[in-house]
Amino acid sequence: MAETTLATAPSASPAAVPQQGTWLAALTGRLVIIIPYAWLLILFLVPFLIVFKISLSQTAIAMPPYSPTFDLSAGITGLWESFREFSFDNYLWLTDDPLYVNAYVSSVVIAAISTFFALLIGFPIAYGMARAPATVRPLLLMLVILPFWTSFLIRVYAWIGILKPEGLLNQFLIWTGIIDQPLIILNTHTAIFIGIVYSYLPFMVLPLYSALEKMDYSLIEAAQDLGCPPISAFWKITFPLAMPGIVAGCLLVFIPATGEFVIPDLLGGSQTLMIGKTLWNEFFSNRDWPVSSAVAVILLLMLVVPMMFFQQAQAKAQEQGR
Amino acid sequence: MRKAIGLATATTLASIFAFSAFAQDKVVNVYNWSDYIDDSILEDFTKETGIKVVYDVFDSNEILETKLLAGGTGYDVVVPTGAFLARQIQAGVFQKLDKAKLPNISNMWDVVATQTAKYDPENAYSVNYMWGTTGIGYNVKKIQDALGVDKIDSWKTVFDPESMKKLNECGVYMLDAPQEIIPTALAYLGLNPDSRDPADITKAEELLLSIRPYVRKFHSSEYINALANGDICLAVGWSGDVFQARDRAAEADQGVEIAYVIPTEGAEMWFDQLAIPADAKHVDEAHAFINYIMKPEVAAKASNYVFYANGNKASQALLDKEVLDDPAIYPDDATMAKLFITLPYDPKTQRLITRSWTKIVSGQ
Repeated sequence: MAETTLATAPSASPAAVPQQGTWLAALTGRLVIIIPYAWLLILFLVPFLIVFKISLSQTAIAMPPYSPTFDLSAGITGLWESFREFSFDNYLWLTDDPLYVNAYVSSVVIAAISTFFALLIGFPIAYGMARAPATVRPLLLMLVILPFWTSFLIRVYAWIGILKPEGLLNQFLIWTGIIDQPLIILNTHTAIFIGIVYSYLPFMVLPLYSALEKMDYSLIEAAQDLGCPPISAFWKITFPLAMPGIVAGCLLVFIPATGEFVIPDLLGGSQTLMIGKTLWNEFFSNRDWPVSSAVAVILLLMLVVPMMFFQQAQAKAQEQGR
Repeated sequence: MRKAIGLATATTLASIFAFSAFAQDKVVNVYNWSDYIDDSILEDFTKETGIKVVYDVFDSNEILETKLLAGGTGYDVVVPTGAFLARQIQAGVFQKLDKAKLPNISNMWDVVATQTAKYDPENAYSVNYMWGTTGIGYNVKKIQDALGVDKIDSWKTVFDPESMKKLNECGVYMLDAPQEIIPTALAYLGLNPDSRDPADITKAEELLLSIRPYVRKFHSSEYINALANGDICLAVGWSGDVFQARDRAAEADQGVEIAYVIPTEGAEMWFDQLAIPADAKHVDEAHAFINYIMKPEVAAKASNYVFYANGNKASQALLDKEVLDDPAIYPDDATMAKLFITLPYDPKTQRLITRSWTKIVSGQ
């Protein structure tokens, strides 16, 4: 991801074109940069600021259910009065109650475990795809993307039918004689892991595949010729070369999994505490838009700040690599 | 109320706007609970009045309330439940009904109207659509196997840890609705169900925590399918939902038999009310629709279809025997006397209740 953003910026400086051409090229170059920035500004920064503003308000029985709301007719002094009503109380409330901290921690733990299993399962799949004959690869790629043709919600719902006490999995296991009492999987953490790993596996496989596909397999042959055993060749050559894919895949799974709401709601039990569900509860059941906004702001900071550090580190590493 | 199939909140707002753009005058946008009306009522209404009905459904009061509070929903008639309605009136969500446009209001049942006036003083903003109770739905055969009884008649089955332990294997679901479960727990303890005293709420919390390990899931709609498929043996849920599960189980004919009971200690009574949002664009059509629903034959048809009692006295003569004579739908006077209602909580109590509830549900 970092590579693409870096690549777009310097593309607009062709030195060999005539004077007028450079001027035009510079202008189009600017315009090209403006589009992603405008996108970010309108679709990310503005909504974020609105959410942040609500997080500084207080709940009220009104439409919308918080105060103060900006009333432009009140003029500048009115706006100033509104500003003075803002407070960080909602953020203090979050630290006050272990519920929120527990929910954040448990979300991160669940997301991390799920990401680990997605990597464990996704890597062999991606490796197999990358080593398959070139003619078969498009078909395999298609198969990975195919589940997206059905609604995400329906696919998660289908797991209820598979995992429930009298579902397909238990019927099968009882039929084979492996167990004689149905396993309670639905409404447990296990069901959530299964749901997340299943749903996000394509996001792990695709970046891994693109990294592994580029790999030069004569490197492995060379290692073997020099007497390196296959396992050690994997760790010394394949793994480091797949690293960009691993990192991208893990981020693509970890970040959405942390804020996941649908999977814990449908497959998880009530004892599962995840921040997405807590946020939903605050917003819908408790009608506490300000507190739920504060929860969302913290969640965003938790995910974005490490990402920024990571991007910076990666950019630095790339600079040094050149 | 809440006749829901999972996340069936199919919100077709876009189509509503499309419709209202084309047929500017003769349309009414109705937002009601899922599976909560006989479709032929809507067709007959259009035939009689020439007003087209754009019908959309939700499956939880919370979803409805959030949309209403955000404003600009485009709906002309909505159906919130009592306590939610009361708070929404306070927030200024609704407009007063023009009683002159509702001649059929004379058909309404004073017993229900007296109760609903506790949420909506003088019934100025709403009229009753359906009402019901929050009781126990169970799988007759599985309960026989687990507890050795033919029928359940007390909340003890749910609130006594010993009994719940026996039900752990076959599965118990409970509504994820603190404003229903906490008052019920208070009623079982012999306390005032509508108590705001923190000490009382703590007692209810302790009781619920003692049975928490044996509740497989807190959810407000999944129990319909779970009961009907025989996945669980008991659910604390809304009367009509359990009847729906009963009917589905009977249709599937897999030997699952579901029963519903209002326990002897009493149960919470709730009311779903027809109301018109303040920013509704088709106010006259909305009144016409509400007036049509209050026709005795229409109200009877609706109840015969959804298996809920309605607040329409005149419709009772036209109800099916199996609806009117079912004490689980129209309770007898003795049971009626034991039913209770709860009023909306003030923000402070609300926070306390939510906090308690999160503790109970998450088992933290």
